[in-house]
Amino acid sequence: MSAPSPTPSSAQPPASTSPASATAPQQPPSLAELFVAFATISLSGFGGVLAWSRRMMVEERKWLTPEQFNETYAVCAFLPGGNILNFSVILGARFRGAPGAVAAAAGLMGPPLCLVLIIAGIYAHYGDLPALRRALTGIAAAAAGLMIATVAKMARPLFQNRAVTRPLIALATFAAIGILQWPLPLVLAVIVPVSLALAWVRL
Amino acid sequence: MNSGHGTLLTLAGFFGVLSLFAIGGGNSAVPEMHRFAVDVQHWLSDRQFADSFALAQLTPGPNIIIVTLIGYHVAGVAGALITTLAMCGPPAVFAFFVGTASDRFKGKTWHSVLSRALVPVTIGLTAASATIVAATAGYNWMALAITLGTALVAYFVRVHPLWMFALAAVIGMSGLL
Repeated sequence: MSAPSPTPSSAQPPASTSPASATAPQQPPSLAELFVAFATISLSGFGGVLAWSRRMMVEERKWLTPEQFNETYAVCAFLPGGNILNFSVILGARFRGAPGAVAAAAGLMGPPLCLVLIIAGIYAHYGDLPALRRALTGIAAAAAGLMIATVAKMARPLFQNRAVTRPLIALATFAAIGILQWPLPLVLAVIVPVSLALAWVRL
Repeated sequence: MNSGHGTLLTLAGFFGVLSLFAIGGGNSAVPEMHRFAVDVQHWLSDRQFADSFALAQLTPGPNIIIVTLIGYHVAGVAGALITTLAMCGPPAVFAFFVGTASDRFKGKTWHSVLSRALVPVTIGLTAASATIVAATAGYNWMALAITLGTALVAYFVRVHPLWMFALAAVIGMSGLL
């Protein structure tokens, strides 16, 4: 549910405004500290990992100033792949080079990977129980609803001016992937250059 | 479940390429995962795909963890590990080089152009994901009501997603789905 927006609107913990948080760290965090920080972020975040990463990085550990956080996150949102994974790699690399990037990414992905393997094992055994099946159907239905809410929040600014090109790009992407179910690489190979060109000339 | 090397290679190849097309995060790639895993390879049924999505939502951490469940379903623990690595590795390497290099060209222009260009695409992809998940979840009127109700509540009220999931699970278990 991550959006490529430097200022996310949903589930963000209250931003610290104290001047103390605006100081960069003296000593870069160690590999172990990077691993633990991202493991904690990962395990505290249901759907909203970004909010927790901000709280941890800016307010608790003070590894980043709010400005640094926003700048780094803005870069991550436009790289392919999960935003928070990119964030962990870039931050780990900035503090401790390649080993730092590995430690941070391993902290982020390792604990949920172990958890989900346990869940997968349980599902393999009990996935056919009618009660569990119906519960999962309910959760999938709710998750689809959450995504619709995210889309609505993201789309709101698109409709605040008269220009129709950006809503049209969103609609075309939706139709090609969601309704026609065309292959993603093919669709992106056409729509991204078109969208970039339109954005460049500011239509 | 089959764990032939051919299957593992297919998993690694598909998710490795897909990872570089996941603009705006893991959820953007859900329709393509469904198209390939369910429609092309017949690794999972629609129901199993929707279940995997639901289970990934219940797991703390990045949503991208859905690929681990798909990999596990196809080829056990080896499949889970290879799929996760394929989905995370290429973007991580990309981020390592581009992210560290971009410290040098902190401009406003590229950011504004990229944002204007990619945000609408991400919105379209996320809407498509919602549609695919809804379509695979075995829909009836009650499920549709849960989807619309959750969308409305989440849009207007700030509420933790786990509460919505818990309520939806209880409604499901009570036999209304």
